[in-house]
Amino acid sequence: MDITRPTDLAGVLDALDHDPSATLLAGGTDLMVEVTYGWRRPESVVALRRVAELATWEGAFIGAGVTWARIEHGPVRGLAQAARTVGSPQIRNAGTIGGNLGTASPAGDGLPFLAAVDASVVLASKGGRRTLRWDQFITGPKQNALQPGELIVGVQLPEHLPHRQEFAKVGARNAMVISIASACLVRDPGGATRIALGSVGPIPIRARRAEEMISAERHPSAAAIEEFGRLVAGEVSPITDHRSTESYRRHAAGVLARRLLERCL
Amino acid sequence: MTRLIVNGAEYTAEPSGAESLLTTLRDRLGLPGSKNACEQGECGSCSVVLDGDLVCSCLVMTADADGSEITTVEGLAPAGGLHPVQEALLAEHAVQCGYCTPGFVVAAAHLFDTNPSPSPDDLKEALSGNICRCTGYGAILRALTALAGEAP
Repeated sequence: MDITRPTDLAGVLDALDHDPSATLLAGGTDLMVEVTYGWRRPESVVALRRVAELATWEGAFIGAGVTWARIEHGPVRGLAQAARTVGSPQIRNAGTIGGNLGTASPAGDGLPFLAAVDASVVLASKGGRRTLRWDQFITGPKQNALQPGELIVGVQLPEHLPHRQEFAKVGARNAMVISIASACLVRDPGGATRIALGSVGPIPIRARRAEEMISAERHPSAAAIEEFGRLVAGEVSPITDHRSTESYRRHAAGVLARRLLERCL
Repeated sequence: MTRLIVNGAEYTAEPSGAESLLTTLRDRLGLPGSKNACEQGECGSCSVVLDGDLVCSCLVMTADADGSEITTVEGLAPAGGLHPVQEALLAEHAVQCGYCTPGFVVAAAHLFDTNPSPSPDDLKEALSGNICRCTGYGAILRALTALAGEAP
């Protein structure tokens, strides 16, 4: 196995230009499981841990190599709440936000926040940069628009984030758990509300009919909050798998939606 | 060839392909204290400190750790003695089958290095990545709570 360990972004892009099919290694929390269980045998690896540019966090730009441990203590409330639920301290010290996007798991804990605020993903290759909105980047379960020779550089958040942000997730226990359902809700003082849910569809799901309905309610009544939860539960498209059932996930989506909305009022 | 600084000593290893740091420590460097249980980052039995951060060594690619400083459970205690975390666990009989113990010791020692008087919540949070399948958590928490109480 060949490994290159560049110390700057230019070095990464050169390595990828030389070998576009090289496997990218950041925190290793997804890749190494596949390697150890024999599902993947990388012949060529570009290791990203030493690249300072990827670990930068400047205002609304979060470098792909920023770890969940940093995000957990960072200034973005909704994302920090999500980071707090990623794995364990050991996992949060290694795993990165770029890795969450690269893996593009339906259960990726950071993804509902990025979907709720309509974040963009910044990609680079030797040929230049491009920026894709989250729903152009995540194309399916564990699928994304990253091309051979390309690297996730970071996440661009909107300059003005919604005033209130809340994230929650349902799992079999509190710590070290992959979500059964998760949700992030953001709301402006004027009422404009967006909600994205994870683990209840092939990619994060924005419940747009529910958003439209509740955004018109400046001071939602109990009946409006109830209706919001019902609409969200109707808009998700969960499956039954080894972690939970379609019907439980749909129920959980509605409960999460109501609870997060109440926390944002 | 990969160069590793483990418990203050320099080692070179020739990992096979993308092999994990856990495998290298146990099978090539003669350091079997880090335990191999789940090999997917869920159990914490293989916890080590890598360049100052607590991580699961099963999720670290050895070739990517070139030049890194690693502390394993073998590196915590002074020669012939025990680390205060180990003393505390011993005093409370906080070991059942013992397989998870090295991981708990490394995680707890790292916590006390960064926070000498952790609250009960700090302890639970810091140990949330370590699983004891004997469910011996009560004794472990009692032992470490007592140790936290001794801090000046």
